Amino acid sequence: MSERCAVIGVGQTKHKAKRDDISIAGLVREAAKRALEDAQLTWSDIDAVVVGKAPDMFEGAMMPELYLAPALGAVGKPMFRVHTAGSVGGSTTLVAAHLITAGIHKRVLAVAYEKQSDSDAMWALSVPQPFAAPLLAGAGGYFAPHIRAYMRRSGAPDHIGCMVAVKDRLNAVKNPYAHLHLPDIDLKTVQDSVMLWDPLHYLEACPSSDGAAAIILSAEDGVTDGAFPPAWVHGMAMRSEPTMFAGRDQVNPQAGQDCAADVFAQAGITNPRAEIDMAEVYVPFSWYEPMWLENLGFAEQGDGWKLTESGATALDGDIPWNASGGVLSSNPIGASGMLRFLEAAMQVRGQAGEHQVDGARRALGQAYGGGSQFFAMWVVSSDKP
Amino acid sequence: MADASKSPQADDRGPVTTLATPIHLDYSFTPGIAQSRNLRGLAEGKFIGQRCSVCGKVYVPSRGSCPTDGVPCTEDIVLPNTGTITTFCVVNVPFAGQSIEIPYTCAQVLLDGANISFMGLIQEVLADEVHMGQRVEAVWVEPEDLTPSMASVKYFRPTGEQDAEYETYKDYL
Amino acid sequence: MSPAASRRPVAIASFAQSQNVRRDQERNEVEGLMPVIAEVFANIGITKNDIDFICSGSTDYLIGGPFSFVAALDAVGVWPPRSESHVEMDGAFALYEAWVRLQEGDIDAALVYSFGRSSLGDLNEILALQLDPYYLAPLWPDPVSVAALQARALIDSGRATESDLAGVAARNRKSALSNPKAQVAYDRSVDELLSEEYAVAPLRKHALPPITDGAAAIVLAAGDKAQQWTDHPAWITGIDHRIETHALGARDLTRSPSTTKAAEMAGVGDGPVDVAELHAPYAHQELILAEAMGLGDGVSINPSGGALAANPLMSAGLIRIGEAAARISSGSAHRAVAHATSGPCLQQNLVCVLEGE
Repeated sequence: MSERCAVIGVGQTKHKAKRDDISIAGLVREAAKRALEDAQLTWSDIDAVVVGKAPDMFEGAMMPELYLAPALGAVGKPMFRVHTAGSVGGSTTLVAAHLITAGIHKRVLAVAYEKQSDSDAMWALSVPQPFAAPLLAGAGGYFAPHIRAYMRRSGAPDHIGCMVAVKDRLNAVKNPYAHLHLPDIDLKTVQDSVMLWDPLHYLEACPSSDGAAAIILSAEDGVTDGAFPPAWVHGMAMRSEPTMFAGRDQVNPQAGQDCAADVFAQAGITNPRAEIDMAEVYVPFSWYEPMWLENLGFAEQGDGWKLTESGATALDGDIPWNASGGVLSSNPIGASGMLRFLEAAMQVRGQAGEHQVDGARRALGQAYGGGSQFFAMWVVSSDKP
Repeated sequence: MADASKSPQADDRGPVTTLATPIHLDYSFTPGIAQSRNLRGLAEGKFIGQRCSVCGKVYVPSRGSCPTDGVPCTEDIVLPNTGTITTFCVVNVPFAGQSIEIPYTCAQVLLDGANISFMGLIQEVLADEVHMGQRVEAVWVEPEDLTPSMASVKYFRPTGEQDAEYETYKDYL
Repeated sequence: MSPAASRRPVAIASFAQSQNVRRDQERNEVEGLMPVIAEVFANIGITKNDIDFICSGSTDYLIGGPFSFVAALDAVGVWPPRSESHVEMDGAFALYEAWVRLQEGDIDAALVYSFGRSSLGDLNEILALQLDPYYLAPLWPDPVSVAALQARALIDSGRATESDLAGVAARNRKSALSNPKAQVAYDRSVDELLSEEYAVAPLRKHALPPITDGAAAIVLAAGDKAQQWTDHPAWITGIDHRIETHALGARDLTRSPSTTKAAEMAGVGDGPVDVAELHAPYAHQELILAEAMGLGDGVSINPSGGALAANPLMSAGLIRIGEAAARISSGSAHRAVAHATSGPCLQQNLVCVLEGE
């Protein structure tokens, strides 16, 4: 049987290129303490801790949950470390939520982070393998060809990606925690920025950030009377498929479609465009917005870019995407997935301040990782399921 | 109890804010049985793919199993040097470990007879003339420089043939 | 929160492991895993399509490249797409995540697997990176020296002698003679072992784990499904894990309170224990763990030979669970305890209680 699960506290750090003022422990505590304050709880009210982060080579510290146990109040408690590549922040949240829905614990602290300035993220992502061609492209170089394939398939005009880049960064100006604050950004600035991996411009790509996020999940009988009401979990799903296989659709992966279908079925949603009030979706490179609009069923195949172009996904549109500024504005890799889930929860709690979508009652959080082969999603609502 | 008058003077350099620990780790790498067959083929200037006995798809390079069926691919197939660019990007960003001068074009090359593409460097053509569907052929290093490695393939270059129909490669995007 | 008594019954329906070897020269991770996965399914006549959830345990640092677990999924053949997760921990913790997932009642079967190729890099350097990156790792303490600190503390406490350590090693390696998958097995006397040189005092070579390449897999099934798939399921009647603080100087290294707590929560003391598979890579750690769990003389400890016989990192804990389950399934034990550890000097511990029908 499934117990109900609610988000009763959230916290995050101000995401920056380099947090040279704080250790890894300090970084995660900063986010965790804010979540505890938000939930009006202390460390002793937490029954278990789940930590998530991306490859340990980003910091040069292996299995860091061992070192972080005391910093996160985990001594004497169960502690867990999830790693599912870029989607890890999302799957960490789900692993923590399952501890509640399965009736194992009453309150769980989920923390995700990356302090990638400590090491070199670009290097860690492209450690050269012997016998391979000396041909490296970096993360963007992996995704850019698939973006080109989408543009070809859909016939989308060139400026769509740049529109997303502008939209998300302007949203970020309203989010005090976002890394990039570019209030003067416009279409021309993005189009004039250097082409990093053709067809992607520099300003269409995510930054590299140090940051942490924390969510406190609770069973119904653990919900506290904080400043904001709880966000109830209505659906959770994870799906994976192999990264490279013959006939794989890299642009519209089956695993993403299946994951969305599952989470919407759980939440009783048949028309996401109409029934979801806003979505926080993992868009690290601008064109992933139209691609995911289609993959998640908000638009028909080939029409995702039209939805973006129409302004529907803007903060004042009818289906705002990434009101927080998204991954394009802050990208501590291990935390980015959790930030999507966290921001979705903040929206239905009415907690998002200047980037609040008015009247948001139901929101989707989505994270993907690796070579787009791993997906994690949840639907949260201000109403109990 | 330490005598306070003998304790070290706090210096005025300020607190330690960064600690740099250089890390150097050596690893052995095992390509595995299936990939070894690919690599030996490359040392002879040949592309060797493997066919899955369950789904019949031809993988190059093989990594040990058919990813959808979870079984070893045991049938070796020698593939031609020619193929089609399914998609590509032009890399213009410098990063650690890069050995080729930017800008350079990386393309997904679908060799004739294969069911999966792999990344290859495209040369002998201007970056803005590279396009999806372009027919290309492998250019190998000199015979005396062949090694069991993808480095035996210098790059791919256009053959000048008519482009492949979109239908023939659209399922490989 | 539902009380322990109302937990959904979940059993280990099948277990398989690779041969544990010093170095697998030919096969990569995927090729090493494939036969193990094939066997774990074949044991009970199922296929990947019968599995609802997959969870694996591994660490990037053993292989030297990020996302090593992503390629490993090729060994399973995840098509059509499946619900899948991964922990950067021993497979025993992946089993815990799968067990939690099965408690919800919407799915019935999970595949858990883990792999670790310790031969690829230098464990002395790699495992130093597991330590506090500011105060400990820069000193590059190798894992043997770290374990030796704990062994020294235990001997100095008067609760164990070097002879006791040799006794643990002798017993485990002798038991390993009847384990066809074991890497290190022999029949030597305590005196013979005590005449060895110290590796890092007070630990002699016999007290250290071997360096191992290996992989393992388990199929978990809930209720009816377990009974459908096997006549001899090993039921998980309790499972829990706890972590202690990290700094070695901040703990009493001679005791394992996290093991005691996890054992209590898992209900070890609720009945007699026939067999205990303890994940003790260093001989002295078996003594600490047995004491922490209150295991008496009647308990057969590590009939498989334990981690002293084979220590594939990231798999050794899952193998303990599998070996304990195997004793239940074969009928040689009715109630068994399996344990897994993570971190320096038993910092984190998982305890699992298994029972036969």
